[in-house]
Amino acid sequence: MSILIGRDTKVMTQGITGKTGAFHTRMCRDYANGPNCFVAGVNPSKAGQSFEGIPIYGTVKEAKERTGATVSVIYVPPPFAAAAIDEAVDAELDLVICITEGVPVRDMIRTRDRMQGKNTILIGPNCPGVITPDEIKIGIMPGQIHKKGRIGVVSRSGTLTYEAVGQLMERGLGQSTCVGIGGDPVNGLKHIDVMKMFNADSDTEAVIMVGEIGGDAEETCARWIKANMKKPVVGFIAGVTAPPGKRMGHAGAIISGGRGTAQEKLAVMEECGIKVTRNPAEMGKLLETVL
Amino acid sequence: MNVHEYQGKEILRKYGVATPRGIPCFSVAEAEDASRKLGGKVWVVKAQIHAGGRGKGGGVKLAKSTEEVREHASRILGMTLVTHQTGPEGRVVKRLLVEEGADIRKELYVGMVVDRSTQRVTLMASSEGGMDIEEVAASTPEKIYRVAIDPKTGLTDAQADDVARKIGVPQPSLPEARKFMQGLYRAFDECDASLAEINPLILTGDGKVLALDAKLNFDSNALFRHPEIVAMRDLDEEDPAEVEASKFDLSYISLNGNIGCLVNGAGLAMATMDTIKLFGAEPANFLDVGGGATTERVTEAFKLMLKNPAVKGILVNIFGGIMRCDTIAEGVIAAAREVKLSVPLVVRMKGTNEDLGKQMLRASGLPIISADNMGDAARKIVAAIAGTQDRAS
Repeated sequence: MSILIGRDTKVMTQGITGKTGAFHTRMCRDYANGPNCFVAGVNPSKAGQSFEGIPIYGTVKEAKERTGATVSVIYVPPPFAAAAIDEAVDAELDLVICITEGVPVRDMIRTRDRMQGKNTILIGPNCPGVITPDEIKIGIMPGQIHKKGRIGVVSRSGTLTYEAVGQLMERGLGQSTCVGIGGDPVNGLKHIDVMKMFNADSDTEAVIMVGEIGGDAEETCARWIKANMKKPVVGFIAGVTAPPGKRMGHAGAIISGGRGTAQEKLAVMEECGIKVTRNPAEMGKLLETVL
Repeated sequence: MNVHEYQGKEILRKYGVATPRGIPCFSVAEAEDASRKLGGKVWVVKAQIHAGGRGKGGGVKLAKSTEEVREHASRILGMTLVTHQTGPEGRVVKRLLVEEGADIRKELYVGMVVDRSTQRVTLMASSEGGMDIEEVAASTPEKIYRVAIDPKTGLTDAQADDVARKIGVPQPSLPEARKFMQGLYRAFDECDASLAEINPLILTGDGKVLALDAKLNFDSNALFRHPEIVAMRDLDEEDPAEVEASKFDLSYISLNGNIGCLVNGAGLAMATMDTIKLFGAEPANFLDVGGGATTERVTEAFKLMLKNPAVKGILVNIFGGIMRCDTIAEGVIAAAREVKLSVPLVVRMKGTNEDLGKQMLRASGLPIISADNMGDAARKIVAAIAGTQDRAS
């Protein structure tokens, strides 16, 4: 087992013919069981054609019906990304992973509102994706830095997730699943949602939770962990040095109204029994101490 | 993206949000002229900079004659206004807003933000207008009311009236307050704003509801569909280094320390800054080169960091995933050569082709210090600049 995705997951790519979509679909198909997982592409103007052997359909619905794909990964440009999510939700896919960076917040507010009462799970936008090492990777993370194991990783930031994985690997610790949830203010899964899945997953033994400044999703997750989590969790929060009011790269990484500081998050996490480090070079080392 | 108060008010008026009448001015003569055009007996001369706290800093003055308008305008235009939001260096005032004076009976607060937890636009309102709302939130949080707005319906009549009553708008002014708040929401929504603050919103002696100040920020990801807002951008109000960086698709923010950092990814960039601090120094900047750390972009990033005279050393921290470490090494070597680097440089590379990358750095003959992990890198750059400072003294 693992969470969200595994070796038998069937995936379609929305935006398969764009530069980014084409590049990463190729990388994903070439990873582990990828050749059997990446079964369809979607592009209304290229329906009937194929991308290196992967058939392209005009709609998500058709791609689902024809190939049995239940998961979609989205690389379409920002102005059209929310509509692409809407289409996948309307086609009742199980999981939609939106990699696209720069989606207007207003679009996402409407998309999230439309998703109420629907069963589709959204990850992102503006995220690296999800990988269950040695089985399947859906997204832009480098596959070769991972290996199968029992540590779950959940993070708002891309390269910092890879950093955490790199540190685990130096200690010979593989990962069950790594989930990059993205940093946008209005998005899909939060830390808490992924943490619940790791808690229920028999293949996950411990979790690294990486957060950053802005919002209070890490605090919410920490409180849930205190009350419910059966497995050890270690954490790091990026942005101790970030000045208030300045957006640090991600749309979400901003301290505003005196809230969302790294210190505040770290304090709440510690109160909730999560081991935290202030040194991002020691996430792996810290995880090793709780096993 | 931010706009000036007068631009924010222009936008809001289009959505039926009432404001005092006013005219933007770029010279003392224009300010005098504006007071004549506006008529009346009292005017307010307001400095236009992208920062709050202008009144306390002496950037907002009441005038009771055209003479006084001229006096205030000549004093404020060109002054370096220092407020709690400008930093100690302050901001030079280049634009003014001359407005008709208002008969203020009550000052209230209305703001809107995108709330991460409800995933909706949230209206915040308080009877404590004119004050720093963060102070109100800290000392008397019960005086702030919040309403999450359903994107399907917008701010409903019932929601608007309820909030207006709670913050002390009297019955006869409720219809105006409702029109005001609903207009504010429509402006926020249709213009892709990320923040709106009306502080204060005032009730006048004759029962009118007016925006005495207006602060609007916009979602930079949505500017592609708002050319009219992009046209309002005032580059004088932005950090030249940040403007320069945006031309090369680099995400750069100036900070106060002396170690320049160049990193791929925003989260890793923040973490690198934090590590520098952990080892006793301060970062000079936040710089995310993004996924495509090509030679050209790395070179531009080096140039940008070195324009800051405070920079005494540079730390490069790259996690090479899709982008291989040898490619990154090539970029760093080329950049260091092109800018004739004279400050210590520590490079930490991790990921694909790591060993090859490190070997290339060694073979380059450049005095590049290699580091194994983030902590090691921070320790080495902090030690290296301590060395240069000792030599200098």
